[in-house]
Amino acid sequence: MRNDNIYKPCLMRIEKVTDEAPDVKTFRLKFIDDVQARNFDFKAGQFGEYSVMGEGESTFCIASPPTRKGYIECTFRKTGRVTSALANKEEGEIIGFRGPYGNRFPIEEWKGKNLLFVAGGIALPPMRCVIWNCLDLREDYKDITIVYGAKTVDDLIYKNELEEWNERPDVTLVTTVDPGGETPAWKGQIGFVPTILEKMELKAENTIAVVCGPPIMIKFTFPVLVKAEFKEADIFTTLENRMKCGFGKCGRCNVGSVYVCKDGPVFTYAQLKKLPAEY
Amino acid sequence: MTPQNKLLKKECLPTFVETLVKGGKLLYAPTKENERIEFKLIENFSEIYLDYIQTTKSIKSIVFPPIEKLFEYVADKEHVEIKDVNLNTIPETIVFGAHPCDAASFKVLNAVFTWDCNDEFFLTRKDKTTVIGLSCKNHDDYCFCTSVDLNPGSTEGSDILLTRIENDNYLAEIMTEKGEAVYKLVKNLFEPAPQVDKNAFVTQLPKLFDLNDLRGKLSFEGLSWMQQSLRCLSCGTCAYVCPTCSCFDIQDIGNQTKGKRVRIWDTCALPQFTLHTSGHNPRHFQNERWRQRIMHKFSYEPERLHVYGCVGCGRCSRACPVNINILENLIEISGGNK
Ligand SMILES: Cc1cc2nc3c(=O)[nH]c(=O)nc-3n(C[C@H](O)[C@H](O)[C@H](O)COP(=O)(O)OP(=O)(O)OC[C@H]3O[C@@H](n4cnc5c(N)ncnc54)[C@H](O)[C@@H]3O)c2cc1C
Ligand code: SF4
Ligand code: SF4
Ligand code: FES
Repeated sequence: MRNDNIYKPCLMRIEKVTDEAPDVKTFRLKFIDDVQARNFDFKAGQFGEYSVMGEGESTFCIASPPTRKGYIECTFRKTGRVTSALANKEEGEIIGFRGPYGNRFPIEEWKGKNLLFVAGGIALPPMRCVIWNCLDLREDYKDITIVYGAKTVDDLIYKNELEEWNERPDVTLVTTVDPGGETPAWKGQIGFVPTILEKMELKAENTIAVVCGPPIMIKFTFPVLVKAEFKEADIFTTLENRMKCGFGKCGRCNVGSVYVCKDGPVFTYAQLKKLPAEY
Repeated sequence: MTPQNKLLKKECLPTFVETLVKGGKLLYAPTKENERIEFKLIENFSEIYLDYIQTTKSIKSIVFPPIEKLFEYVADKEHVEIKDVNLNTIPETIVFGAHPCDAASFKVLNAVFTWDCNDEFFLTRKDKTTVIGLSCKNHDDYCFCTSVDLNPGSTEGSDILLTRIENDNYLAEIMTEKGEAVYKLVKNLFEPAPQVDKNAFVTQLPKLFDLNDLRGKLSFEGLSWMQQSLRCLSCGTCAYVCPTCSCFDIQDIGNQTKGKRVRIWDTCALPQFTLHTSGHNPRHFQNERWRQRIMHKFSYEPERLHVYGCVGCGRCSRACPVNINILENLIEISGGNK
């Protein structure tokens, strides 16, 4: 008998809810079924379909690293129907999850290199996964620099982790808020991410750059990196085309003949440049 | 299996159909009601209308229903129970009298629904469906199967292909094991096949463009996408009637305590298809969506799935409310009538 239903979600219990910023929450999720929990494996950069029964599914990356076993986390912004329903869920409640889908950051190939992470706004979650993944394997990498910006101080997410990274001697953290977004107590930078990046002494040699953020930030960040002589194949980012299935069947996530759900969501700038502007 | 040819006399056709129906199979066949020709579930042979060029809708809904239940659920705050659909209850089905374009369309759908992971809803329905095709006696100005590597007598996708030959008798080409299983149920109705040139009994449809030329000339930039789609209404009818359009949405029907999750036909013609919550839309304008339709069928699917996403049935052009004609556009792109 056939019973493999690729659309059927696993059930997960919300273990912990963290309020990150206005309308942004992080859920820590655990599989209810032991077998599913044991068999689950994923890589940094992959995503899943999270659902509330009766409301539908939403696509989020897995925001916790694969090096932390036993749970996954997702961070999402309340924007529409499914994310609003999710935002109303509390600890102990159950949601659906299908995944992991998509490709991943090739972090094994980054061994022995410097890593520069550049993130803007709510786009930190996919980056957080790969940052923690690399920090958990710290000896494999050389210098690790994180540049993170948001509109206002309030909008910065993962505040505890930012503090932790800030205190670590083996991490350079630069945080910034858009002009006007600062508070009197703000000690970080003021300015848009690309501008701050331009002012930094970037060394492109033996360095991988990972950039995640709103399209406008990405658009202005790539040239800064290229100017600093980063190779286009060493600059990574993720695309967020609208998705439904996550496995190449529903037909909506493609950019030309590339399916973001299967061939992405992780792409290098070199790959992106060859794609039509359909994202 | 090796295909075998048989003769089915015209007077045996009603018994053939009615035996299958009485044997408990669901049988869909073309019917005519007030000039409208559609596949319908039939009980008696007299309901069938075989002298047709094309039905309005395709046969895809038999293997890919417009709404497919994926599972049911009951839930409260701390418990969620998911109830699987029992695929074993999907009935054995026969599609009778589908033209070769429709028969060939299952291969395209199959390519999508088995890409890397298998969609068991589609596969089970397809496995339980036997296609008894019917070669075309006539075509109209919208047909172009010969331009997409098919022809009016093509056996591709048919488990049995019938062709009307001399004296309105039928040549039956039994192509697959599924076809043979049906044949065995009504074996006594068949006779040895005569030597016939099947081609003499199917309509002659010249090739209207060259598929390789078309693929060579298709490009994302710089083509006449805008001009071809200026009057398009984004209504989605073309995808609705198309045998190979397979895009879908996933939605929940019900509330947070009880309901079902369904897969439901969707189309790249609609602006919401790719719209992000932020308002950003990678395919904001209709010409971008028309381009997706053509590129997906004639460039992306061949590249990624090794099938063309069009069987040349012409349904989209016949049904389009503003007479956008895909054949004219394909001829234009490929560089003229060959
Ligand atoms: C690979 C990937 C990773 C993502 N990771 C995150 C993340 O970690 N955190 C986060 O907050 N958001 C993320 N998003 C965006 C997130 O999927 C949408 O914001 C969310 O689906 C909106 O759902 P909604 O039902 O609340 O909104 P509605 O507007 O009610 O959405 C209706 C439908 O539109 C689709 N949709 C709308 N906007 C988007 C969008 N920007 N991207 C993809 N689908 C969309 C959804 O499928 C949804 O079912 C990601 C998107 C992708 C493709
Ligand atoms: S695109 Fe038009 S002609 Fe081609 S298979 Fe679909 S409906 Fe038929
Ligand atoms: S049927 Fe015609 S008008 Fe409607 S979406 Fe298709 S091409 Fe456009
Ligand atoms: S999300 Fe369905 S095809 Fe990519």
